[in-house]
Amino acid sequence: MIRLEALTKTFATPKGSVTAVDGVSLEVRQGETCVLLGPSGCGKTTTLRMINRLVAPTSGKIFLSGRDTDTVDPVELRRGIGYVIQQIGLFPNMTVAENIGVVPRLLGWDAARRRRRAAELLSLLGLPPADFADRYPNELSGGQAQRIGVARALAVDPPVLLMDEPFAALDPVNREAVQGEFLRMQVKLRKTILFVSHDIDEAVKMADRIAIFHSGRLVQFAEPDEMLAHPADAFVASFVGSDRTLKRLRLICVREVMTPLEGGRVDTGPPTVSPDDDLRRVAALFLEHGTESLSCADAAGRVVGVVTREAVARRLAAEGSR
Amino acid sequence: METLAFILHNLPAIGERTLEHLSIVGVAVGVAIVTGVPLGIAITQSRRTADAVLYLGSIVMTIPSIALFGILIPILSKIGQGIGWLPAVIAAMLYAQLPIVRNTYTAIRNVDPALRSAADGMGMSVSQRLARVEIPIALPVIIAGVRVAVVINIGVTAIAAYIGAGGLGTFISRGISQSDIRQLITGALALGLLAIAADYSLAWLQRRLTPRGMARP
Repeated sequence: MIRLEALTKTFATPKGSVTAVDGVSLEVRQGETCVLLGPSGCGKTTTLRMINRLVAPTSGKIFLSGRDTDTVDPVELRRGIGYVIQQIGLFPNMTVAENIGVVPRLLGWDAARRRRRAAELLSLLGLPPADFADRYPNELSGGQAQRIGVARALAVDPPVLLMDEPFAALDPVNREAVQGEFLRMQVKLRKTILFVSHDIDEAVKMADRIAIFHSGRLVQFAEPDEMLAHPADAFVASFVGSDRTLKRLRLICVREVMTPLEGGRVDTGPPTVSPDDDLRRVAALFLEHGTESLSCADAAGRVVGVVTREAVARRLAAEGSR
Repeated sequence: METLAFILHNLPAIGERTLEHLSIVGVAVGVAIVTGVPLGIAITQSRRTADAVLYLGSIVMTIPSIALFGILIPILSKIGQGIGWLPAVIAAMLYAQLPIVRNTYTAIRNVDPALRSAADGMGMSVSQRLARVEIPIALPVIIAGVRVAVVINIGVTAIAAYIGAGGLGTFISRGISQSDIRQLITGALALGLLAIAADYSLAWLQRRLTPRGMARP
């Protein structure tokens, strides 16, 4: 869907040329969320901005759905790619509905159709259109503004979304909420997403695959669990953090390590977990209660299996990933 | 009392002089807007050009208006327009440039770079970005520049009475030469009121044209 081939960008500075992105090749599959992760100045944002030609590559190729983006007019190209930035950049002189209607208007949609689409997207993001369509950006909270930034990027239903640290300016509580909503929306929309972040937790939560950058180079491109289990080098290991095993726990759900039980009840004490919980909850209960195993109960309260410390350890030691 | 009687007696003449005055200021500011706003936008592309243009504008501002009229007389005499309406308009237009160009330049440059980045990233062309984002956001500050230009011009045009351009300055110049305090006060009063009225109506326009989402509550 998105293919980068030996993408390189050098900037001329007074102190000589600086290579911001150095021979990056990667391929993002249709419907996949790929997080470009790394410390500031690692080239992740420059990479993103080369895809919609806000930055012209020094060398290398970018293919979108097999089409070389060099051959497309940049303005045309950008109208077909959703773009969300950290500062959101809602136009203060336009209402929410007008902001969402910017790209539709560039593409010549009539006013009624733009208005309908804005209402549709506001509903999708859980903002009642009657209440929000005619507000101005200065009448929105940070979280609301960011949701509208996302709605604006989705206005013409582009197959590809580029998101440059979209949630970094939100407070932690809001960020969690918006990330969760976004994940639920992505399940429905299946957009191909390139998402820039400097936050390993956000990357683990949002990504199907993570591309980790260091000084302009792509150092590892893998699924989150794989990256946490097997960091490619010392840089990746230190970036993902020494608590990377704990981070993996959120990626594994109880169902994967549970020993199913047929009929017979096993009494392991009151704390139970659901098969859909992730292993963070299991680990917390193990530590809290000092137990070796927990029973798993379904929504109806019937015990359907047990999860043991040994099973968890086996899963964490397992080669590969999901 | 004497002055009041003079004013009442000369109301039609005052009205006529006010219209003359406004025609000079109106045309000068009109031309200055049509030239100065595009110039102010154009120089946002290059820091060095901007510095040069604004520097030149400041130099023009330091020339006393009476001297500027003096410079224009021999030049415009070549087309038989050394004194009167045309040099008055040209001088006033030159004085109006700096506030308009500078405010336009500053306002466009101060548009949040994130908005520019968002506009570009969504696929606006440069002219669409200007028309839909940058100019609407810059408009209140541009109009503030126009307000300054108008007030300056009302003053400059008063001096233009000395080169036969007419206007409310005529009462002042005659008042001085005839030692007639009534004419002097009439002229000064009318000029002051005109400047205040013009400034208020432009302030109203400025509020009207400020995008609702940007108005301070």
